[in-house]
Amino acid sequence: MLPYILALVLLLVGVFGIFTRKNLIKIIISISIIESAVNLFLILVGYRSGGIAPIFTARMAEISEFADQAVDPLPQAMVLTSIVIGVSLTALLVVISLRLHHVYGTYDINKIFFARESDEE
Amino acid sequence: MIIAAVVALYTEELLSAVIALGAVGFGSSGTFLLLRAPDLAITQVVVEVITLVLLIRATMVVGSIKTEGRQRYLPYFLALLAVLFLTTFVFFSFAEMPQFGTPVMERFEDAPSIYYLLRGLDLTGSANQVMSVLLDFRIYDTLGEATVIFTAVLGALTLLRMRGRKQLDGG
Repeated sequence: MLPYILALVLLLVGVFGIFTRKNLIKIIISISIIESAVNLFLILVGYRSGGIAPIFTARMAEISEFADQAVDPLPQAMVLTSIVIGVSLTALLVVISLRLHHVYGTYDINKIFFARESDEE
Repeated sequence: MIIAAVVALYTEELLSAVIALGAVGFGSSGTFLLLRAPDLAITQVVVEVITLVLLIRATMVVGSIKTEGRQRYLPYFLALLAVLFLTTFVFFSFAEMPQFGTPVMERFEDAPSIYYLLRGLDLTGSANQVMSVLLDFRIYDTLGEATVIFTAVLGALTLLRMRGRKQLDGG
């Protein structure tokens, strides 16, 4: 149960960061932290204590024996997809915040907000 | 990893925060290795390097600025509220969770994971069952992933080109 709780703590650190930080880069970092926490949790769910990686090697004679020992391959495949999607998300966020920095000259979301308000007046 | 995550949020300098995020990523890569997921560990390393390069590019614009400002209490209050909400939610769902070390697939006789493990070698000819799931049984998910990457690249290119045109007009 302890590894689940550690993954939860990592997730909560990320959530706390999203709420309290004011710098755009820090918020992107928090989102990445949440991503790794969720990926870690999904892999933890599929883990079998003392299990082997789900790769069939020549040393194993029986496929049923292999299926009894290997860890769950399905979460691993899905998390692989999710990691790659996570990096494209991060890339898009970085480009958007670079653009915001180009327009407003700061990464601070409060300053950006006030700059927008004064633009509209 | 948790320590690195906290450091990432609380350092003043942006570059150190990015490096601390790198520590989180490589730590999770090592954890994947311990949890018998070598494919994931490799992918995580590659992805982490790309993320670090992107974020360092983003911090380079401003040099090493400090992140300071007035302390306001409303965000902290909201964050504590969210954390409490998530914790109570998780508290009840952990009661339903299986013990750590026994995968969920063992609860069901006909779980898809067991089918993949048993028949993957015959049906796809791939020794690595993660890859057989990713590239054969669930190829549509991978296709969707490729679509997501393509969309992200298109969006990034559009935003970067807007910047270039504006600079051309201005100068």
